[in-house]
Amino acid sequence: MRDANSRQSQEMPRTTVHEHIVEIVSDSGEGAQKAGQALGAISAKMGNGVWTVEIIPAEIKPPARSREGASGIRVRIGDHPITNMGDEADLVVAFNEQVLYGRLQNRAYRPGTVLLLDNRWAADPDENIRAMYAEALEEFRSHGLEIIELPLDEECRKHTPNPRLGKNMFVLGMLCQIYNRDLERARQEIATVFRRKGDKVIALNHKLLQAGYDYAATAVPLRFDIPCWDADSPKVVMNGNQATALGIMAAGIEVVAMYPITPATSVSHQLGDSFPATGGFLHQAEDEIAAIGFAIGASYAGRTAATVTSGPGMALKTEFIGLAVMAEVPLVVIDVQRGGPSTGLPTKVEQGDLLGTLFGAMGDTPKIVIAPATIEECFHFPILARRLAEDFRGPVFILSDANLATGVTAFPRPTPQAEWMAPPPDQSPWEEGLAPYAWDEATGVSPRPIPGQKGGEYTLTGLAHNERSKVAYAPEPNEHGLRMRSRKLAALQRTLKPPVVNGDPEGDLLVVGWGSTLGAIEEAVGKARSEGLRVSSLHLRFLSPMEPGLKEIFSRFKQVITVELNYSDPADDPFVPASARRYGQLAFLLRAQTLVDVDCFTLNQGLPVAPGKVYAEITRRLPTHAHAAR
Amino acid sequence: MFGLKEDWSLKLPPRYFTLEDYDGGVARWCPGCGDHGVLMSVRRICRDEQIPPEKVVSVSGIGCSSRFPHYMKTYGFHGLHGRALPVAEGIKARRPDLDVWVTTGDGDNCSIGAGHWLHAVRYNMDMVVMMFDNNIYGLTKKQTSPTTQPGERTNTHPRGALLPAIDPITTMLGMTNVSFVAQTVDWNPVHLHDTLVRAWKHPGFSFVRILQRCPQYTAHVFSGLQDDPDALLVMEHDNGVPVDKALDRTLKNRTTHDPSDKMEAFALAARRDAIPIGLFFCDPDRPRYNEMTVEGMGMSVEDKLAGLEDQLDRFAI
Ligand SMILES: Cc1ncc(C[n+]2csc(CCOP(=O)(O)OP(=O)(O)O)c2C)c(N)n1
Ligand SMILES: [Mg+2]
Repeated sequence: MRDANSRQSQEMPRTTVHEHIVEIVSDSGEGAQKAGQALGAISAKMGNGVWTVEIIPAEIKPPARSREGASGIRVRIGDHPITNMGDEADLVVAFNEQVLYGRLQNRAYRPGTVLLLDNRWAADPDENIRAMYAEALEEFRSHGLEIIELPLDEECRKHTPNPRLGKNMFVLGMLCQIYNRDLERARQEIATVFRRKGDKVIALNHKLLQAGYDYAATAVPLRFDIPCWDADSPKVVMNGNQATALGIMAAGIEVVAMYPITPATSVSHQLGDSFPATGGFLHQAEDEIAAIGFAIGASYAGRTAATVTSGPGMALKTEFIGLAVMAEVPLVVIDVQRGGPSTGLPTKVEQGDLLGTLFGAMGDTPKIVIAPATIEECFHFPILARRLAEDFRGPVFILSDANLATGVTAFPRPTPQAEWMAPPPDQSPWEEGLAPYAWDEATGVSPRPIPGQKGGEYTLTGLAHNERSKVAYAPEPNEHGLRMRSRKLAALQRTLKPPVVNGDPEGDLLVVGWGSTLGAIEEAVGKARSEGLRVSSLHLRFLSPMEPGLKEIFSRFKQVITVELNYSDPADDPFVPASARRYGQLAFLLRAQTLVDVDCFTLNQGLPVAPGKVYAEITRRLPTHAHAAR
Repeated sequence: MFGLKEDWSLKLPPRYFTLEDYDGGVARWCPGCGDHGVLMSVRRICRDEQIPPEKVVSVSGIGCSSRFPHYMKTYGFHGLHGRALPVAEGIKARRPDLDVWVTTGDGDNCSIGAGHWLHAVRYNMDMVVMMFDNNIYGLTKKQTSPTTQPGERTNTHPRGALLPAIDPITTMLGMTNVSFVAQTVDWNPVHLHDTLVRAWKHPGFSFVRILQRCPQYTAHVFSGLQDDPDALLVMEHDNGVPVDKALDRTLKNRTTHDPSDKMEAFALAARRDAIPIGLFFCDPDRPRYNEMTVEGMGMSVEDKLAGLEDQLDRFAI
């Protein structure tokens, strides 16, 4: 059979490309995501760089054929590591034409994007649908899309009475033909994905895979090759939330308390499944307040704990966060950010919780805040956070986001280490006379008694207290407590290195980012640099305390801007005087921290940043150089 | 008690605890406040049961009564208003060796923390929960609480509280997975003590509503109960709170009530002629979350590493 395949493939010459962006879009429930995930997994296994991102409608089941109802997936495959979703798609498979309107509006396609479209609607019994189909085609052609109409539904019907359920694997077969994917791996992937559904379902999907593959051999005149990049070193493929869940386990965290909220929930799905493997317990609390309270209780009692949430949940947890800072309870708090304010954009990305996390509590609440920039870092940051929480005796915040949460990529397989794991709680007798908050003057750090430790008895309190944890309302102990809690951040910063500049250490423009925008920023900067622009970038992992040396680094660039997925007033807004202009959240912090006139480029579309948009901003800011380079 | 056994042999424990070992200092409640008596009782139980002080965790919310942990020389957690229960659950979840005592007020538990209350009953984790019910917000100075009787004048309702009071007992009895509901009064140290001991011995969420005098704001509410010998109705049963002989003279108003009979408990709680004290309801066989949360505890680092490798395998390519 494989011989037959390769013979067919040889009939048409293949074009070798560095990368391609493929989208499969459909109504929800038609399995487009499954097909795309399989394509991504197969490609990763073949040694390609891969990034997949889901296209999710806001409602669970939007009406069929609705313009905003696109459900599907984007898969970016390359002959190099892929770190983001990229710009416009090269190839789109669509199960109906209506769902493409929303994608077009999001600028997901460009002139020349090839569209493989199910043409069953052209012959629909409903006259309206036929008219809509014809009208859409005309409009898409006017946008420059190259449309290939295919009888996908009809072809699938030859193999299954219910094409709605099987079309996705037929399409996977087609894509395997078009991109020269290893069919054997595709079959294995199907067997894994449908393992719980039984042999019959697997067999049917294998049949549809083969049928799609054979059909494309004659019916679709597209053949590409995307050479592999690294097929040898051991890797894992997962999304950021899965990486976060496994990172929590690798940290030896024992208790995770949460309340379901998009886009954080899938961390708990993974833990629900995997956590017993490391002896952990997942507590689904009655609300976010109870979740963090439970985690704080567990941690107070010596069991390492975390809570996972998104913006609205962070708002609810605020009071307990204040307590954790005040009473110095180690805790890992993970915020998978989504669009705000309020319920906002539940499924979409934003970096809007930075300032809220830093400052959103009563009084002065110095906190450690870190942000993973890649899916791989989503795995490693809980391990780091757990250590920081213990060493600096307080809550540590991980700001992830919806882009990392649902993006899927391959990264080197981590090698779990015993040192990553939290030790069991110390139950040896407490040193006689040692106070429960014996703050070290230089660092603010103090050893912590754990219930069960004889002689360590103390009452933790959220009231102002002295080092013996006795309520103390007098001016001096209050000031001392504030100073000690704050000093921990300075102590931590002393252990950090200045961030590494990507590109030359000086130039015309420095782009500063944080969190999930890393891949897009570096791709844009790389492109601009290859054209001769004097631009560099820098990506912060520590937001509080910030990595040292920023002011000195900034001084070597003519302009410094942040790229952020949150709101800022445009500099040229006629209704906003400069004195009232609000900056992006990181820019706000950097300006305060460094007194450098840091500007910002922010996006608030609920979409991951596309490298093209950052590139456009770079060239807008360095126009003369751009011309010189050409 | 001192290790002298019935056969006159002496078995001395390696450590022996006296009341002093639980004494966290002089409590700063008002003179005449009912909280003092409860504190003495809890210290005594710890001593009588010889619970090592380092194994006792006293958890509270915010309010006058919630200062309780500060006056115990044990571990304590004085957290947030209304949030004692989630913290106590987290403490108990993976530390079955710890003895958890929760102190909460009528405002703390029935108002701001009411949502947690409902779920804490359902979790049914092994702990004693003492609700100090003075019918008022004490710490913040005389605002209406959910258990303030309608018509009572408070600083937020100077013309009288508007709404019917929440009845914590019928509320408890109606909650899913309820396992222990008792009521006592702070001014009868014997009944108070015996009720708390009975609660401590019950494996599960042992809820005790303590009618608690606030001489400052609600003195009149409780003076009536103290003065009239028939105002309280003592519930008696072999499975209930044992009624000390010392009470025979003072508390003569009695009824027999089997604490496994929930319907009768409802009827008793609804009585308006007298306030029942003792054990309304007890079911030691309700599922307990603390037996589920310990799963996987104590796994070795080697096993955790192996388990993690297995999970990574599922994502390996
Ligand atoms: C979030 C929050 N809201 C309000 C308060 C103010 N507050 C403190 S104690 C209390 C009421 C206490 O009443 P109760 O729980 O009956 O306890 P008591 O003082 O009567 O023992 C209030 C409203 C607070 N500390 N925190
Ligand atoms: Mg009260």
